[in-house]
Amino acid sequence: MTIEEIRQTLGAKYIVGEEWGHREVHSACGSDMMSDVLAFMKDQSVLLTGLCNLQVIRTCEMMDIICVVLVRGKQPDEAMIQMAKEKGITILSTGHRMFSACGMLYEKGLRGGPDYK
Amino acid sequence: MNKDSIVLTYDVPGDDFTRAGEASSNLKSYLKQMGIPPEIVRKVAIAMYEGEINMVIHAGGGEIEVVISPEEINMKLTDHGPGIEDIELAMQAGYSTAPDNIRNLGFGAGMGLPNMKKYTDELKIDSTVGLGTTVTMKVKIQ
Repeated sequence: MTIEEIRQTLGAKYIVGEEWGHREVHSACGSDMMSDVLAFMKDQSVLLTGLCNLQVIRTCEMMDIICVVLVRGKQPDEAMIQMAKEKGITILSTGHRMFSACGMLYEKGLRGGPDYK
Repeated sequence: MNKDSIVLTYDVPGDDFTRAGEASSNLKSYLKQMGIPPEIVRKVAIAMYEGEINMVIHAGGGEIEVVISPEEINMKLTDHGPGIEDIELAMQAGYSTAPDNIRNLGFGAGMGLPNMKKYTDELKIDSTVGLGTTVTMKVKIQ
């Protein structure tokens, strides 16, 4: 699934990185706890989160996550936007809640990867 | 240390949570530029990032020394914080002493040390209560 397809599915808006909309995403992770995200190692994935601070972008950078979806209509501050631009990470914002947003993407075939071991 | 080793050192400021991760970010870019395989770079970056966050949350910052040799990457994180009373307990997934304000920032789930163990080939913690903690981690390149 591409970032643009995620955006359409969630009725989301681009905050950063519309030009990277063609990038392919292979798996997803939904969490507000960054250490849970860091326990999950997958290539080219998308992170859905209600957390909205600079460490979200840092976590994506470390994990090579290429797209963040901020749920519940969260809006990033200027520092987050700047860092995402520098690191080449797309930020989307959707009004949907976490559960609904994850469900909508799952329905479209996106998966979360293997169980945590 | 062999003659082909590269040594990088970082000061981690302890008073600014928003800056936590700068050292890990810098190291990640450096390793990428060196042409280290992406899987290895990611493991090192995640382990160091968790360690760096811990230093900021628990210990008021510290210093990190990274030694890169052709065979392996060694990270040594030293702080002068309160130390860890029970290392075995601290290693348990889900155990955390982080305050609520840290949890609201997305950390303090008790996964930091387990993640550092998961992504490294060796993890060693030396800690003295009241004096500080030294965490050493090794990731093999080949």
